[in-house]
Amino acid sequence: MKVLVPIKRVIDYNVKVRVKPDNSDVDLANTKMAINPFCEIAVEEAVRLKEAGTATEVIAVSIGDKSCQEQLRTALALGADRAIQIETSEALDSLNIAKLLQKVVDEEQPQLVILGKQAIDSDNNQTGQMLGALTGMPQGTFASEVKIDGDKVNVTREIDGGLQTLALNMPAIVTTDLRLNEPRYASLPNIMKAKRKPLDVKSAADFGIDLTARTKLLKVTPPATRQAGIVVETIDELVEKLKNEAKVIS
Amino acid sequence: MSILVFAEHDNSTLKAETLKTVAAAQAIGGDITLLVAGFNCQSVVDDAAKVNGVTKVLVADNAAYEHQLAENVSLLVTELAADFEHIVATALTTGKNFMPRVAALLDVTQISDIIAVESSDTFVRPIYAGNAIATVQSLDSKKVITVRSTGFDAVATDGNAEVVVLDQATDAGNSSHVSDELTVSERPDLGAAGVVISGGRGMQNGDNFKLLEGIADKLGAAIGASRAAVDAGFVPNDMQVGQTGKIVAPDLYIAVGISGAIQHLAGMKDSKVIVAINKDPEAPIFQVADYGIVADLFDALPELESKL
Repeated sequence: MKVLVPIKRVIDYNVKVRVKPDNSDVDLANTKMAINPFCEIAVEEAVRLKEAGTATEVIAVSIGDKSCQEQLRTALALGADRAIQIETSEALDSLNIAKLLQKVVDEEQPQLVILGKQAIDSDNNQTGQMLGALTGMPQGTFASEVKIDGDKVNVTREIDGGLQTLALNMPAIVTTDLRLNEPRYASLPNIMKAKRKPLDVKSAADFGIDLTARTKLLKVTPPATRQAGIVVETIDELVEKLKNEAKVIS
Repeated sequence: MSILVFAEHDNSTLKAETLKTVAAAQAIGGDITLLVAGFNCQSVVDDAAKVNGVTKVLVADNAAYEHQLAENVSLLVTELAADFEHIVATALTTGKNFMPRVAALLDVTQISDIIAVESSDTFVRPIYAGNAIATVQSLDSKKVITVRSTGFDAVATDGNAEVVVLDQATDAGNSSHVSDELTVSERPDLGAAGVVISGGRGMQNGDNFKLLEGIADKLGAAIGASRAAVDAGFVPNDMQVGQTGKIVAPDLYIAVGISGAIQHLAGMKDSKVIVAINKDPEAPIFQVADYGIVADLFDALPELESKL
């Protein structure tokens, strides 16, 4: 069973985001970049399936300029077998990303595609579901547990009121939530080994898809800041303020 | 213009967030139709017909929609899409799950998690976990949108919409529901509560969350938690408030033993009044709190409960 893991290069989650002074976008110049944390969980899950003997091959794919090869090498160091970079310098909308991934699915015929539920930059939470619709595959989004059962996969999902388990016919899409697993650290020997694993580069333009932008980013601003309030000394004072000043309790 | 709003529900009651999503649809402007897709969901239909600003309620009551599987619901919404310029759902579990499928089937992209409407094609949404706010224009002819309900005020429920029963039964046949494991609680939903009291790592263990319960009962509050408390195993994940959990904006938010990581602030900083109880005077939570008290929560909580 082949597992395809699409991953995204994003700002490192520890880095504080700055908005450009001209409000055109966030400023990513000279910031530390990393594999999107949810994508890292997706790679880990795929590698565990391989270690358990369920998956035979794990393929990582990323769409972007040459710099995303760094994150593909990270995926290879974590245990993916080979990688594909789809080269483009454009920041593509989720739908266009999903269309490119659909072509990769057509070619590779994976039984399972595992993606992060969302990227921590655009926070869209769309690509996995869109790929599901385009390929006709069922989906188990926001997964906290994935169990292969013959030609089906059982996915436990984190939903608003608790957990829900679905049975999906494979091939299927899974998107990861935080509690699915805890990704390993790549060991130095594996980082060295990853450098020799195959990484194919394909041009997005060669896929014959209309990649025209579907959205236009008009402006990016910093969020409204909240003013710090006052420190009260006693619970009595707190209750009094909430009743009479803020009027939020009676 | 015509707008289709997907009603979020559990087959018995309409989720309060839907009233806010309808408000977002009103801000877009147009004739609003509410879609109720479920199974044995007549009580939801009754609720839906009363939502102000809605002219028509479409009902797809069929076993195929009982668990609102994304594969089946997205086919249904796509079939109905021809009559609407905007298709809108709440950014809760169900909407987040099926809406991108609808967008892809209609060959449009989706604008996720909007918090304000600038015009019928331009929307405001948080990016980078709320650390930046983007204004985005959709260039597609049809707009597929999910709404972060905390950005809008609920519409009233004294309307009287026409109810139209559909005979659709789209079943993709490639997924099935196995089981639900839902947290049973007498308290209001985190997303809909007027008051939320949350505990963090400072609570030390799950048992100590009981200290929050008495206060929650007195205030009619929902109980939440920070990611640190969830990751430490104190409470289940569906209680998590934050970037990776629920986004809440109650009238009163009480943060107890929560340091105030950016991750947590992203989920609650739009609350009207924020109270912080923490023994560390340097905790970042005090920078967003309207009222802070530097105290040991094990002293402060029983006292607060007795004085409410």
